[in-house]
Amino acid sequence: MTRELLEGNYAMAEAAVRAGVEAYFGYPITPQTEILEWMSHRMPEVGRAFLQAESEVAAINMLYGAACTGARVMSSSSSPGVSLMMEGLSYIAGTELPVVLIDVVRGGPGLGNIAPSQGDYNQIVHGGGHGDYFPIVLAPASVQEAIDLTVLAFDLAEKYRSLAFVMADGSVGQMMEPAELPEMRPVRKERPDWAVTGAVGRERRILSSIYLNVELEEKTNFRLLERWYEVEKNEIRYREYYLDDAEFVIVGFGTAGRIALSAVRAARAEGIKVGLLRPVTVSPFPAAQVAELAQKAQAMLVVEMNTGQMLNDVLRIVKGACPIEFYGRMGGVVPYPDEILNEIHRITREPVSPDGDPRLRWMQRFTPGRGQ
Amino acid sequence: MQTEIVIAGFGGQGALFAGQILAFAAIDSGLDVTWMPSYGPEMRGGTANCTVVIADEEIGSPLVRHAKAAVVLNLPSLEKYEPLLAKDGVLIVNASLVNRSVTRSDVDGLLIPAQEIAETIGNRRLTNMVMLGALVQKLPVLPLKAIEDALNNHLPERHRRMLPSNLEALRQGAAYARGELKVEGVGLGALEPTETVAPTSV
Repeated sequence: MTRELLEGNYAMAEAAVRAGVEAYFGYPITPQTEILEWMSHRMPEVGRAFLQAESEVAAINMLYGAACTGARVMSSSSSPGVSLMMEGLSYIAGTELPVVLIDVVRGGPGLGNIAPSQGDYNQIVHGGGHGDYFPIVLAPASVQEAIDLTVLAFDLAEKYRSLAFVMADGSVGQMMEPAELPEMRPVRKERPDWAVTGAVGRERRILSSIYLNVELEEKTNFRLLERWYEVEKNEIRYREYYLDDAEFVIVGFGTAGRIALSAVRAARAEGIKVGLLRPVTVSPFPAAQVAELAQKAQAMLVVEMNTGQMLNDVLRIVKGACPIEFYGRMGGVVPYPDEILNEIHRITREPVSPDGDPRLRWMQRFTPGRGQ
Repeated sequence: MQTEIVIAGFGGQGALFAGQILAFAAIDSGLDVTWMPSYGPEMRGGTANCTVVIADEEIGSPLVRHAKAAVVLNLPSLEKYEPLLAKDGVLIVNASLVNRSVTRSDVDGLLIPAQEIAETIGNRRLTNMVMLGALVQKLPVLPLKAIEDALNNHLPERHRRMLPSNLEALRQGAAYARGELKVEGVGLGALEPTETVAPTSV
């Protein structure tokens, strides 16, 4: 296989085709419509199902039904569309079905705009749908990673009968980079032993998220939780950059993480010992790695394209082991590397408060148009 | 080692396609590259730009505040990107559609009547390739040959018949940047800057 120049959205769509997706249901929304567009011609071409639903609510419920048959299925949307899908996603989680959903996150809340953002972290990582469930969330920072993680999402979803999200952003979706697509996998013919396939010559199976018997619902909740601990044990993924001798550590995922890499390189060129941890799975979160880095670091800087949603997780994990600062841009604004380099200069030259609220400090020193 | 190039103009002038050809040339030369378009609720005649980052290692940010080179196809793009260009950067200006010179003295500016050159080759839609040829002459990021090969290898099949004129546009742009091509009877803003052109260059 050779590296081609691929746009993130098309690349994720074709990666799903090659991973053997059997049915796609979706509804157009920028900045991910190219996924739906690609699927609209590619799926019929390979004899599989493509359906543009009348809304995201319809699409997610079609996906729910299709997933019950044990087929590899997926949808994709962007922030406001994913909000509309939340009820269905909770039902899918409660029914313990493997489903892949790509969220190409855009500026919000509300209708917001179509620019890159990471504002859906809390909604995707910490739920959004009702009830107790734990989704797998993969956060690509490049087109190649978007391809690889889309394929991985199907495998993890099926291994753990779980929701698996690919949480990209408008930048990953719209950018073109050299990348290599995987070989075409054959479509899986066998169906799992829980799938509803017609019950010919066997006991019928019932798939539902209704447990009117509360003990059975509690048992289901325990099953989901046990499965989640297995995911946490086996599936944490992250990328490390310049961490071996780092005295200062940046934590950032997705696009914010790769922008931070540019700032880290610039700081290294000045002799500053700074490194970067880029979580690839944001759920399960690389908590042990962050905790270990905090033991050695003089200070940690969390960089996000939101108000510090992952920051809350980092604070909970670090438990005051090292001082933490935060830098974010929001609402579709993408930071430039020099903004993060300025923050690196600040935390390396001035003492960082070991307590207090890093988000509040950031808000107080950040005034767009002044000091930037 | 990393080089960032912004290519900007009206929608339809081929800024995005010129950036893609640059990206293809980088890949085929074994380099890493990102091509990041401006995207928004835009329409034909609105602004269009892309940032191409070319490097010999994993690329961090696909956008930079101060690019090393800017290829500006119209006046609004000149106004926007001239102040942002890195010191000692390369600024290629489509003189056919601007009414002023480069004002910064700390950048390497070139005014090129790209649209007139394109029209003498036979099609104003070649303007972007004239500009790209001038860029690689001024900026030592990729040799002209790599751009020519990229066009040859990646021009969509339906546009193959346009290949010779696109190659000619690249070569004439480079020749102008070397001072080897004179264009008679044109000056700044010789053409009306309000007119937009067709969606892609080829």
